[in-house]
Amino acid sequence: MARNCLVVDDSRIVRKVARRILEANGCAVSEAADGQQALDVCRAGLPDFILLDWNMPVMDGIAFLRALRGEFGADSPAVVFCTTENDMTHIEMAITSGAREYIMKPFDEEILMGKLGQAGLL
Amino acid sequence: MTIPLSATAFATLAGLLKTRSGLIIGQDKVYLLETRLVSILRREKLPDLNALADRLGRPGVEPLARDVIDAMTTNESFFFRDDKPFQHFRLQALPRLLAARPPGTSSRIWSAAASSGQEAYSLAMILAESKALIGDRKIEIVGTDIAREPLARAKEGQYTQFEVQRGLPVQMLMKYFKKEDPNWRIEAAIRQMAQFREFNLLGDLRPLGRFDIVFCRNVLIYFDQPTKTRVLEAMAAQMPPDGLLYLGGAETVLGITSRFAPLPGERGVYGVVTAPAERQALAPAWVG
Ligand SMILES: C[S@@+](CC[C@H](N)C(=O)[O-])C[C@H]1O[C@@H](n2cnc3c(N)ncnc32)[C@H](O)[C@@H]1O
Repeated sequence: MARNCLVVDDSRIVRKVARRILEANGCAVSEAADGQQALDVCRAGLPDFILLDWNMPVMDGIAFLRALRGEFGADSPAVVFCTTENDMTHIEMAITSGAREYIMKPFDEEILMGKLGQAGLL
Repeated sequence: MTIPLSATAFATLAGLLKTRSGLIIGQDKVYLLETRLVSILRREKLPDLNALADRLGRPGVEPLARDVIDAMTTNESFFFRDDKPFQHFRLQALPRLLAARPPGTSSRIWSAAASSGQEAYSLAMILAESKALIGDRKIEIVGTDIAREPLARAKEGQYTQFEVQRGLPVQMLMKYFKKEDPNWRIEAAIRQMAQFREFNLLGDLRPLGRFDIVFCRNVLIYFDQPTKTRVLEAMAAQMPPDGLLYLGGAETVLGITSRFAPLPGERGVYGVVTAPAERQALAPAWVG
């Protein structure tokens, strides 16, 4: 069965690239351009996992992650950060806030699929 | 490159690589010579590979020959590559090894084509995670490679952002790495668990000493069959009867040597077959 993935990123290009890779690997993809949109998508139906940018207008990734965990509980859906933030402080904040994996941009198919595999999401 | 590679020049280059590093370059891989040696041509101000081959035929060119050999190696590696072998090591091989060795003895693990060190450090991180099991026993990790540049990087333990995202779970990155902008460096405690040195697998293995566990992954694929046999049999001679060998996904001992036999139900893990007289039994000592 296809895994449902929500891609949250304010860049249309990043969403398009991620979608292409994920679909080629058998995932069903939905998109959101910021954290608020992503919350709305989740309220309509939770995806299996979320690929999440950090810096976005309206609601950023970490605020979204906290809201998501507050509203839907600690366990699901799994969240994998995918961001240009590439220092230990951000990584630790993401993981302690409930993200399962962390991708530092730029990414390619190998990194994305590798990280999803390690996170047990494939 | 306009002038095509002459048959003699090809024979010189391919011959050097085969005798010195075991690397087999077929006629269909001439493009590899072209792409990988282009920076040496530029540095030496040589017009093409024919001129390089010609230069290599003269005396006093050992440093150049070494550079050619290094430049032709494929150093691709990543942390916890293929995952399965490392799981097997952590869950099966390591507990068995510790149970089989009396306290106070030390054990040795060899990363036989270590490249830039990801394999050796993956093993070191597993050992660090298994501290409770290991106690105060000493386990040495030795990483060797023929190529000097990746070895130097292994010693530094420094990796690019791309490299720390290949195979390395973020938990391990957080626990064992520090950012040294723009790279990431594996922490000193892990670095100290592995030592790296230059070593050619075609050479005499005996000075390296004995190894309980050998990771020889993704290097035999570059050798021809007689070379594979020679290297594997020399390795077996350096290992105890319960020694274990890990090969890469595209490598096997089958049809190459009977000094190792696959562990039943495992892929890529081989046990030493003790005495030639017992070969018919084909059961590695490790299983029995
Ligand atoms: C593809 S890397 C494998 C790295 C690691 N074992 C892994 O599986 O990720 C192959 C390495 O074998 C080394 N190599 C090739 N010929 C060798 C030889 N004759 N002796 C020692 N190392 C050799 C190369 O320099 C290269 O770093």
